[in-house]
Amino acid sequence: MHTKLGSEQVQPYLGGFWNPFCRLVMLSNTCRTSVQALRVGGRHVCRGLKTKSSSADAAQAAAVVKGKDTGETMRPLYLDAQATTPLDPRVLDAMMPFTVGYYGNPHSRTHAYGWETEKAVEEARKEVADIIGADPREIVFTSGATESNNISVKGVGRFYKSKKKHVITTQIEHKCVLDSCRALEGEGFDVTYLPVKPNGIIELEKLEAAIRPDTSLVSIMTVNNEIGVSQPIKEIGELCRSKKVFFHTDAAQAIGKIPLDVNDMKIDLMSISGHKIYGPKGVGALYIRRRPRVRIEALQSGGGQERGMRSGTVPAPLAVGLGAACRISQQEMEYDHKRITALSERLINKIMSALPQVVRNGDSEQTYPGCVNLSFAYVEGESLLMALKDIALSSGSACTSASLEPSYVLRAIGADEDLAHSSIRFGIGRFTTEEEVDYTAERTIKHVTALREMSPLWEMVQEGIDLKNIKWSQH
Amino acid sequence: MAASTRSVVLSLYKKILRESKNFSGYNFRMYAVRRTRDGFRANKDETDPVKIQDLIQQAEESLQVIKRQVVIGQLYSTEKLVIEKDM
Repeated sequence: MHTKLGSEQVQPYLGGFWNPFCRLVMLSNTCRTSVQALRVGGRHVCRGLKTKSSSADAAQAAAVVKGKDTGETMRPLYLDAQATTPLDPRVLDAMMPFTVGYYGNPHSRTHAYGWETEKAVEEARKEVADIIGADPREIVFTSGATESNNISVKGVGRFYKSKKKHVITTQIEHKCVLDSCRALEGEGFDVTYLPVKPNGIIELEKLEAAIRPDTSLVSIMTVNNEIGVSQPIKEIGELCRSKKVFFHTDAAQAIGKIPLDVNDMKIDLMSISGHKIYGPKGVGALYIRRRPRVRIEALQSGGGQERGMRSGTVPAPLAVGLGAACRISQQEMEYDHKRITALSERLINKIMSALPQVVRNGDSEQTYPGCVNLSFAYVEGESLLMALKDIALSSGSACTSASLEPSYVLRAIGADEDLAHSSIRFGIGRFTTEEEVDYTAERTIKHVTALREMSPLWEMVQEGIDLKNIKWSQH
Repeated sequence: MAASTRSVVLSLYKKILRESKNFSGYNFRMYAVRRTRDGFRANKDETDPVKIQDLIQQAEESLQVIKRQVVIGQLYSTEKLVIEKDM
């Protein structure tokens, strides 16, 4: 059965738009499909989804899969490297001393407790700077890429507000950039949301045409979090520099995975996240160029730490973790990239060779291989996710995975509504194994086949009926 | 490589591999074993004695990191992954 339940169909029974159980109820409807699919598959992995359980129970239930044959609880495989990555044991090892013995405030200037953590934080700052070819004085520690993006977009916009009131970004940016732009619009700024080509890459000519004399900032992400496409950052940087416009890039998904150099690529501001590169959650960094100097209006008032750009005590253990994560990523970049490319090809080849009508979203060349976004025609993404309960996957961004709306990124690249609804993102990382990739491919093939067999639409397509020409009756 | 260095390297390699297999988490265990093998293989033809000493130093530090992290991993272990049942 291939059903797409609109939220309005479920709402009357639940009352209230933002009902936390809304999604569970809807999923349990589609779950029937999944359970059947699983029986067809001859393997028992799905438990009944309780709609009235507390959200904690739901989280617990969703986290563990029960094996029928053994009865013991087992954890799903992790293939969602774009949402977050596990903390590398080497990173944890670097952090541990600062969570145990060395607990001083790095801003304390009057005693050894402060000095020792300050030294470690400054070493970490250098490690972050090194991976992007920056000077340590250009690195500001923040709470993550969301904060870095906020400081960049709002901070630069507001500082130059008296003369320049125009900001350019793209339609496929992360929510925090788009939302910061919306906030600026509310303050009287003009924002251009550049469209992208069907392969997800921006057109430089369109960017050039969009730049105006009063443009203060261009913000374009390096690697997209949903479809993995990699933008021509160097060309964008050169264009922005020639037009004397500041260029900010959200490199949360790119840093440590592809080589980046802020001077070579003429980047003025760059957002970095810790937990996307096997570092700790809750820490990130912002690169702010000193020459030519980029000035920003700080968002947070306080003690003036981080050169006044980001007040608040620097969390020394997290900063040390971010530094270690950057150092290890730099050392391992070539090794990881080679491996992730091989695993990515393995996954794509296995799935594509076994299943017809699978579309890879985003450009297949200008991309980060660890992010594979596939659309399985005539299969609803949520049903497939339910069927693939023993693999931690996502249909797109974790931030928007609570809604059943198709991804705005997929819509921006012109994907049909039904294809946008049938997408799954496979995230491959440093710790992914061949066995995990094989298991994922095998399960995906099995369940997509089973779900299609049940789908009347798929049957019609097999009979040669063009679904686009059907006049559906209105209910 | 001098015979004495050779035995030092081989012994370190065996120790690191043995310790890596103690990681309770599947992904860290597989990674540690794989990375150790690939790392030693990548440098097996190294002839510069200074570089060799440097690599030995690095390997010894890695061994200590792995030992500590194996303990932490065992203290806070999780359920096995779905693909581990056959292992």
